[in-house]
Amino acid sequence: MSAQPVAVAPVPRGALSRRVGRRALDWLPAVIVLILVLVIWQESIAIFDIKRFLAPKPTAIAGNFWDNRSELLRAGWFTFQEALGGWAIGCGLGILVALVLARWRRLGRALQPYAIAASAIPIIAFAPITNAWFGPFGKTSKMAIAAVLCFFPVFVNTVRGLTSVRPSSIELMRSYAAGELDIFRRVRFPTALPFIFTALKIGTVLSMIGAIVGEYFGGSFTALGVLISSKTSTFDFEEAWAGIGVACAFGIAFYLAVAALERVALRGAPSTED
Amino acid sequence: MSVQPNVGKSVVEIQGLTKRFERGDVVALQDIDLAIEPGEFISLIGPSGCGKSTLLRIIGDLIEPTSGTVTVNGKPAPRARADHDYGIVFQDSVLFDWRTVAKNVSLPLEMLGWERARRKARVDEMLALVELQGFGDHHPWQLSGGMQMRVAIARALALEPALLLMDEPFGALDEMTRERLNMELLGIWDASKSTVVFVTHSIAEAVFLSTRTVVMSARPGRIANVIEIDLPYPRTSSTREDPHYFELVTRVREALHLGSDLDAVAP
Repeated sequence: MSAQPVAVAPVPRGALSRRVGRRALDWLPAVIVLILVLVIWQESIAIFDIKRFLAPKPTAIAGNFWDNRSELLRAGWFTFQEALGGWAIGCGLGILVALVLARWRRLGRALQPYAIAASAIPIIAFAPITNAWFGPFGKTSKMAIAAVLCFFPVFVNTVRGLTSVRPSSIELMRSYAAGELDIFRRVRFPTALPFIFTALKIGTVLSMIGAIVGEYFGGSFTALGVLISSKTSTFDFEEAWAGIGVACAFGIAFYLAVAALERVALRGAPSTED
Repeated sequence: MSVQPNVGKSVVEIQGLTKRFERGDVVALQDIDLAIEPGEFISLIGPSGCGKSTLLRIIGDLIEPTSGTVTVNGKPAPRARADHDYGIVFQDSVLFDWRTVAKNVSLPLEMLGWERARRKARVDEMLALVELQGFGDHHPWQLSGGMQMRVAIARALALEPALLLMDEPFGALDEMTRERLNMELLGIWDASKSTVVFVTHSIAEAVFLSTRTVVMSARPGRIANVIEIDLPYPRTSSTREDPHYFELVTRVREALHLGSDLDAVAP
């Protein structure tokens, strides 16, 4: 019988330039939407005479960013470090606890309802408390909030990934007389990996939010959240908006970095393209 | 009926096997006696719930029997599993998406700590056996269902086990693919000289493939009849038109119906 590849063709290995060109074409609609939104924003402020404290012009925000770029980027970097630290701690703990609970199911059944219920606690309300615990000016208090925010999605997703292994996969491994560790290493962990990466990506955005919101309740003067709130109170709305833009940029860059890591880790798996 | 077991020679020997599931207090299998000789191709056929898949898993030591003994290659079943004495193929191919076809086939070899070069040689040999040369670098999701099943068979045979256990491996495939794979399986069986235990619910498949067909009845699962399939090998598409083939199909069907009548009478 002649065997032909069917269903899904392997990724074509075209010239790099062609692939980059196609990538750019994929992004084109999104870029057009962005430009349209900015233009409408800019023009409607003039047309409807919108007050500057409600929404400044995009060009004014961009100009302000350029004038204060070193201050803004330093603040962004500072806050990003808090987010990154909190993300690493929260995700690490989430995975670790999930591993323990998935391994010892009885313990898991006893603790999981509380772990999920705890995710309903409004974590933001803890910001003043973590400031009291770790001091408002260091990075630790913001890392704590970011870590708690990251913990739950990572924990829940990892447990789901580790326990969503098909029974026949386990039977197959047992037919090879595989031990627990082998089954974990060769089946459970690879099965869970896409679930874990989904949560890690959610965590990047959550950790930036956590760090910035934490800073609203007091923090170093070089922090982005403090900068945004103080600029708002002095009616410097352009710089506040520029600060929000910087926060978005760091959040998106963080997300894309983890997504790139995911693509490397999960190469070969179907449908990792998003 | 079945050949008198020749102790120490049979590949599989089952004596007085009963399996009761705690949950629901279901008797899945009752008083099973069966001896399978080297080189045989045994089909287990029966209505759903007759315990044929359970019996296969007990032979593979994936499920423990409630009572009775199971020996594989003259060893207790757990010992045989630890010694990698059998390969198993499930209804679902159970390939790992994150591994290439070659890596899937080499999985059991990795578990035994084979060296890379030796693994590669064996994987190539196995892929040639199932006629998938050149597909080693593909991922399972790039293959059709029939090709995935062939990968699963290659993986099960990678350690050259004396015994190949198959649990309705072609049940999810279309009729055309199934008939083609039946033919290929006989070729592989002939080339690998292994013994096969094959669970199916298709009468035609059981008769076409086996040296003997074990007909089971349900609730409790018992062996209703064992039918010798004395059709000559190699079996080809013309086998399916042989009058004797039809006679055997009829005999298996009658045995199945007799088994279910028995079921109706039983309390």
